[in-house]
Amino acid sequence: MTAKTGALPITVRDVTKTYGSVHALDGVSLNVKSGEFLTLLGPSGSGKTTLLMVLAGFTRPDRGSLKFGDDEMIRTPPHLRGVGMVFQNYALFPHMTVAGNVGYPLKLRNVPKAEARDRIDRALELVQLGGYGDRGIDQLSGGQKQRVALARSIVFEPRILLMDEPLSALDKKLRDRMQIELRHLHEQLGMTTVYVTHDQREALTMSDRIAVVNHGRIMQLAEPQQLYDRPANKFVADFIGDSSFLPVARGGAGVSFAGAKLLMDGAMPDGNDLLLMVRPERVRLLTGDLPDDTNIFDAKVTELVYQGESYLLYARLPDGSEIAVRGAIREGTFGKLPQVGDAVKLGLHKADTVVIADGQR
Amino acid sequence: MTDLHAAGLRRDERLERWKLFGLASPAILLVLVILVIPVGWLFYVSFVGADGNFSLENYERMVSRKSYLRIFVTTFQVSILTTVLCIVIGYPLAYFISQLPTRWANLCLVTVLLPFWTSLLVRTYAWLVLLQKQGLVNQWAISLGLWDEPLKFVHNMTGTLIGMVHIMLPFLILPVYGAMRAIDKDYLKAASNLGASPRRAFWTVFFPLSTPGLFAGSLMVFVLCLGFFVTPAVLGGGRVIMVSMKIVSNIELFVNWGAASSLGVVLLALTVIILWIASRFTRLEQMAGGGH
Repeated sequence: MTAKTGALPITVRDVTKTYGSVHALDGVSLNVKSGEFLTLLGPSGSGKTTLLMVLAGFTRPDRGSLKFGDDEMIRTPPHLRGVGMVFQNYALFPHMTVAGNVGYPLKLRNVPKAEARDRIDRALELVQLGGYGDRGIDQLSGGQKQRVALARSIVFEPRILLMDEPLSALDKKLRDRMQIELRHLHEQLGMTTVYVTHDQREALTMSDRIAVVNHGRIMQLAEPQQLYDRPANKFVADFIGDSSFLPVARGGAGVSFAGAKLLMDGAMPDGNDLLLMVRPERVRLLTGDLPDDTNIFDAKVTELVYQGESYLLYARLPDGSEIAVRGAIREGTFGKLPQVGDAVKLGLHKADTVVIADGQR
Repeated sequence: MTDLHAAGLRRDERLERWKLFGLASPAILLVLVILVIPVGWLFYVSFVGADGNFSLENYERMVSRKSYLRIFVTTFQVSILTTVLCIVIGYPLAYFISQLPTRWANLCLVTVLLPFWTSLLVRTYAWLVLLQKQGLVNQWAISLGLWDEPLKFVHNMTGTLIGMVHIMLPFLILPVYGAMRAIDKDYLKAASNLGASPRRAFWTVFFPLSTPGLFAGSLMVFVLCLGFFVTPAVLGGGRVIMVSMKIVSNIELFVNWGAASSLGVVLLALTVIILWIASRFTRLEQMAGGGH
């Protein structure tokens, strides 16, 4: 299993699922490349889990097409799809040992006993649980259960792996470590992976590409950095990272805010309702000489919050809108920050100046 | 030094314990009066012979007389058959109910429980009316041409079993249903995802996870059957004699309290032994219908 097991691309076409009048999935189309780690990211009720359940075969859509490689799968029952899946609550069988759980899919496939034992051992080793085979499920910690669930889902070498918020039950430190581990495991095994989460940081950390899902539709499908730096619409900009939005006006070839033309590197979107997206950590407090590749805003500090590794400063612009500024705290810097009521100059580099179209969809 | 109230806190705790004991005392008294004392007396009487002295004759009689052996065999026969029939009928029913949406499941449970709240005697005589030679079942079957002569459903083993199964069924269904309801549906999804057909998933995952409930329910039915009286007495028509009936005849017919007591002691001992063995394999509180 140390060798790559081969992967299959997934092609989703116009999949629709309605519950009463609610569109859980609204004509979703999606290509997952062979061997790719793709994350479905969205708020609860967005349809991301429904889509995963369609891939696994547990939810029957109203219409649509689903292909693994060249094979149409939409009407194939779940037990014949041959995909691995890690469930949110792990769903480990409580009446079997660790080895019993991991060996279950092998037993169903009539793998000879000696070979099965070998593969169980290797799978457990891969998730760093070598020697845990005889343990009962209730003797395991949350993190160990997670690993067993993972071992069980890859031991039969599926070419597609689905994961439904597998880390959501773990505490933060363990979660951070497992994210890196899952990433390495994916690089090692190379199976096409579809991962569901509502945690944007998790998605940004692990994914080759991220599909942001809302109201049963894919709002944007892009690589993590592009998603964060160049969101396609307000929903994506708002859902991923913190942002303030300032209304801007189209004027000639560019846009202007409060009468001043904005310097910007990126492309302009279509449409008339335009917003300037301001990420707090991209804003700088300017002192001394003012750079000429940067948009400068005059503002007044309304709030200053100490947050340990960083500070968060809220400032009001002359037009009444408020933006947040985040900065790292190094030795002694916090005491030198402007105080509430002080006038400040805020700088936003032209490369960080991103204008997006308003409108939720 | 400041006062840390150690003595006062200790006194409070002791007082609280006495209060709790005080609240439990009516129940303890009741158990003592209606359970511990009578059973002790039963035990004592069983060792008193016909001449009024200590004797093992009541127990010797049980071993030496064939009729007693036959009674015990019948008792176990009825109990085992009733339990098996309850499993065969009750398990699929519990499975069906457990798969329904909660609203429908509750409705079905009420229909299961309804006879539970009806008098045992009434239900037993109702079966007598239905099953007798000129009863509803025979009349309908004959007029529909299913069989020509009235079949003998009562005053034999068949009638006893029909009545017993009907009365015992809820005791099996409730714990089995409870265990099934507690099985996370994701287990079956996981099994299916890993390649198990629905039938395979049922036998490798669902059934094993429901066995604690099945075991608890079966045990409950079996133990209740061992000491059952009304139904075999009415529907057995004197042909199916169980231990409880022999106890009654010993007292009513022969006024032999010693013989009756010794039978009671043996029945009680058997029940305790069976429960003790069972407790080594399962948690007995599941008999009350609890989950895992």
